[in-house]
Parts: sequence; structure tokens; C-alpha cells
Amino acid sequence: MTVKEIVETLNLKIVSGQESLDMEVTSGYTSDLLSDVIANSKEGNLWITRQTHQNIVAVAKLKDLAGIIIVNSREPDEDTLRKAEEEKVSILCSEEMAFEVSGRLYALIR
Amino acid sequence: MCDEHVLSQEFEIKGGDFSNAGKASTSIKEILREIGIDSSIMVRVCIAAYESEMNVVMYARRATLTLSVSPKMLNLRLEDEGQGIADIPKAMQEGFSTATNEMREMGFGAGMGLPNIKKNADHLEISSTPGKGTSLDLTFFLNKDREK
Repeated sequence: MTVKEIVETLNLKIVSGQESLDMEVTSGYTSDLLSDVIANSKEGNLWITRQTHQNIVAVAKLKDLAGIIIVNSREPDEDTLRKAEEEKVSILCSEEMAFEVSGRLYALIR
Repeated sequence: MCDEHVLSQEFEIKGGDFSNAGKASTSIKEILREIGIDSSIMVRVCIAAYESEMNVVMYARRATLTLSVSPKMLNLRLEDEGQGIADIPKAMQEGFSTATNEMREMGFGAGMGLPNIKKNADHLEISSTPGKGTSLDLTFFLNKDREK
């Protein structure tokens, strides 16, 4: 399943990285600890988090993640958006909380 | 490292510079991808490089990170100037951190940095002089499977 299909099904708002929406999503990873995500996420994962600062972009880029879903109606910081556009990292926003987004994503791709 | 380097590159990292944090690691990843390093090794190098870089951003004034690649091994050497580490065995423990609340709020400072580096490198050497700085030497073997 691609990022784009997940965006449509989970009703996510695309805020950056339009050009990366065709990436195949392998699974999801839910965490707000950057060291945890760097260590344990896998290529193609969609990262579910409440973090909005610019350092999330480098983590997604380094681990070849399929994108980042920011939960709880939070919006990425301006410099996060700028970096994400530069690095072509998809950032998607959800009004739901991490538990709900994770559950729905799990049901979709398992 | 005893055999000849095929590649060596230095990166400067500035303490406190969160807006460029991750740049050195991202460049290292691009280099490794270009020269065709096995992807499982690349992932381990990236994790160790990122954690090393973040340690400088959070705790040191500045550092030089040197990547050297030879046919048999890859080496990351980090020399920083900064506060140093008073108790290295303690810093190597998972969960121990001296991060500020602000860093923790950003999702850093979980006490996973050095343990993550150790887990992912084949060999780690660390030395530190409190008040002066820390040096970190990481080796990754390229042509043999890593012993678990």
C-alpha cells in the first residue's frame, strides 16, 4: 500500500513531500523518542509521532521512512516544513491521537 | 586501521546547532550509498553516526567527525571539544542521561545514544577528559558477517 492510499483512507492532511506519496509503506512505527526511531524503525515505515520540530526530517531521511504522521491536530514547525520540502519527506497531519492512527494503520496494512 | 583508505572525509559539527543536526550523518549515508556499501551495514553506520552527531549538538561546543573507508573496514572517528564525560561506564548504561528538560521534550535524552552506538558498531573505543572533550572511535567490518 502506498502513502497516498493511506492518506485517502485515514483522511490525512498532506503538508509536505507531495512527490514522495507513491512510496510503498512496509509497516508503521509509533514513538516520540528520536533515538528509539533511529534505532528501531525500518525502511518504508510510516512514523507516527507528536513531535513537530525540524529534527524529525533528518531521522525520516536517514532511515528511508515512507513518511511522518503528526497526530493530535498538531502542525509541523515552519523550519520542519522547509526541511521536509528540501528533503522530499512526506509529512501528514491527523486530528486523531497516536493510538487511533496506529490502530487504523495496523488494520490497513496487516 | 592498518590497511589503505579508499576514502576519507571530514565533517564539522557545531554544538547547539539543532538546525543542521543530522547533516553529517545524511552526507555519510549518501557517500556510503554511492560507493555501494551493503545496506545492513549502512543502516548501522547511520544509527551510530546520527547518535554521535546528536551528542555533539546537545553536549559539546564543536567536533570533527571523520569517515574513513578501506576495503575491509569502515571507521568513524569523532573528536569533540566540550564538557566531556565524567563517568563513562555510567554514560554507557541505557537510560542514563544528563539531558535538559527541553531536550527531553524534543524526544532526545532517553539515555539511548551511547548504548545505540555500541550496539551498532563492531568495535567502540571511547575516552574523555572532563572539561576538555570526548573522542569516539567506531569500527565496522565490511566483509564478514557480524558476530551477534
